[in-house]
Amino acid sequence: MGYLAGFKVTFKKLFEERVTTEYPKEKRPKPPRFHGRHVLNRYEDGMEKCIGCELCAGVCPARCIYVRGADNSETDPVSPGERYGYVYEINYLRCIHCDLCVEACPTEAITESKLFEFSFSNRADAIYTKDELVVGDDGLPQRQPWELWHEGDDLATSGWMRATAPSGNPDYENRAGWSGELGYGVRAPEMGQHDRQEQEKSDSTAEADGHSGASH
Amino acid sequence: MTGDPLYLDGVDLTDLGIMLIKVLVAFTFLLVATMFMVWFERKLISDMQNRIGPNVAGPWGLLQTFADGVKFFFKEDLRPENADPLVFRLAPYISAVTAFLSFAVVPIGGSFGGGDSGTVTIFGRETFLQVADPPVGILLLLAMSSIAVYGVMLAGWASGSKYPLIGSVRASAQAISYEAALGMATVVVVVLAGTLSTHGIVAAQSGGITRWFLISSGIVPFLVFLIAATAELNRPPFDLVEAEQELVGGFHTEYSSIRFALFFLAEFMNVITMSAIMVTLFFGGPAGPILFGMTWFWPTVWFLLKVLAFLFVFVWFRATLPRLRYDQLMHLGWKLLIPLILFWLMFISLKELRAAYDWNWLVTYGAAIVALAVGTALLLAALRAGDRVYQEELEDA
Repeated sequence: MGYLAGFKVTFKKLFEERVTTEYPKEKRPKPPRFHGRHVLNRYEDGMEKCIGCELCAGVCPARCIYVRGADNSETDPVSPGERYGYVYEINYLRCIHCDLCVEACPTEAITESKLFEFSFSNRADAIYTKDELVVGDDGLPQRQPWELWHEGDDLATSGWMRATAPSGNPDYENRAGWSGELGYGVRAPEMGQHDRQEQEKSDSTAEADGHSGASH
Repeated sequence: MTGDPLYLDGVDLTDLGIMLIKVLVAFTFLLVATMFMVWFERKLISDMQNRIGPNVAGPWGLLQTFADGVKFFFKEDLRPENADPLVFRLAPYISAVTAFLSFAVVPIGGSFGGGDSGTVTIFGRETFLQVADPPVGILLLLAMSSIAVYGVMLAGWASGSKYPLIGSVRASAQAISYEAALGMATVVVVVLAGTLSTHGIVAAQSGGITRWFLISSGIVPFLVFLIAATAELNRPPFDLVEAEQELVGGFHTEYSSIRFALFFLAEFMNVITMSAIMVTLFFGGPAGPILFGMTWFWPTVWFLLKVLAFLFVFVWFRATLPRLRYDQLMHLGWKLLIPLILFWLMFISLKELRAAYDWNWLVTYGAAIVALAVGTALLLAALRAGDRVYQEELEDA
């Protein structure tokens, strides 16, 4: 009867739920630290965050970033600092989406969105210029003609900042830096992260419980 | 006219017209059914694997096969340099034509029993709902399935390439091995029906489920036929002929475009034909209750439903069973199926003879049991001797 057990298994499968996601029609939610295409962020007042320091270009293992800084004019500055990114280009034929540029950036100017459907058909389109990378006045990425966007995709484009600590310590947590949507600051912890204040609170209660337990 | 398959009374225009219509209907039915079968198989196998399957072309992906067919037409027809030009081109047609021809003798409708003889009246002529009813109908089926092997064999040989050759050698060895079991399972039915004509076989099964040869032949011939037919069709779990992990595509590796489509068509057409033959031989063909009115309509519906059930079974096999190894295939065919169906054939023949000549049942069945015991002993001895030689060869190596 061992042979016939298999037939039962396959017959039962007929009535089970399908596991297929019909991709272009429906999309699975992306993980919070998804590495998609980059955006250059701005402050709420419209000033660009990029200061043209070229740290991103320096750290890039694929050498796909080209930055040239320039001095801000005193009357009409582009960024709040002394300098700004005059030329900023990312070649997506080379980019490996490692996110090192995001970690290197001192002003959180560059982040990776969750957009990943950009199949360009020529090499010129593959090189995203600053005009294409920088977010619009609403703080959302700009859509390029060859990019496939579904409704709501651009709303979920804020990137995690600093998955690791500023000092490079992978155990660092509690402060999930966050950038995008014209906001900047500390975000509520997500999957795998702990809230420092709640952690301390629960630690102290656990200690108290431990003491009371020991006294009995 | 009804029982005159050879048209001894001469042929007039009406006969010719009826014949043309029947051929056209059978041809179209088979083509459409094949299209549907390919879709049905893909959809069902995806259901059994928790997938969705073709769902883009047409409603529920129904037009997927049509789209694939159109694509085949526009593909380049490649011929390898080493290929034998004539045979390479001929082989797909052998496969396709034999697949079409074998369906001609299958009765797809007609009410049998209760005074009816399975005829319908078209243009004032009484005729069967099958393209032809030669007195040797079953032989034609076996002949066609044998000739179909030539299509596969020649395709592999003429490709001038190693994988197709290995695939076709496997195919011919497999087909010859299982043809024996398939033929003898058919002979059991022929012995019971007393006729080789497919129409006669269906007529002999009319009058209730207990008259079906599935039951009156004692299920074993049906099981042997089902297994042998699966092997004959080169379908999983017996698809060593086109074991893609070992042989790329087997015999049709070098084929492309419309020639590949012909092989593909023939393969699925054979699945439908084989299912239809099984229904004819063991499940009373179009037999079934006439629910209301239209006596010519319901038998065809029952026939199609039964065929559909077998198509389901073939896909179910494919979804469930892993492919057999080559020696397992030969073991199953020669050491299990053929002896089993031989004994069964002897038993059924004795039973029929006893009933016909009123032999003493004790002597008859006693002789049967003695023959069975001797046969089994001989077979076991042969198997043991074979095993010993094999072991010695292993030790020598």
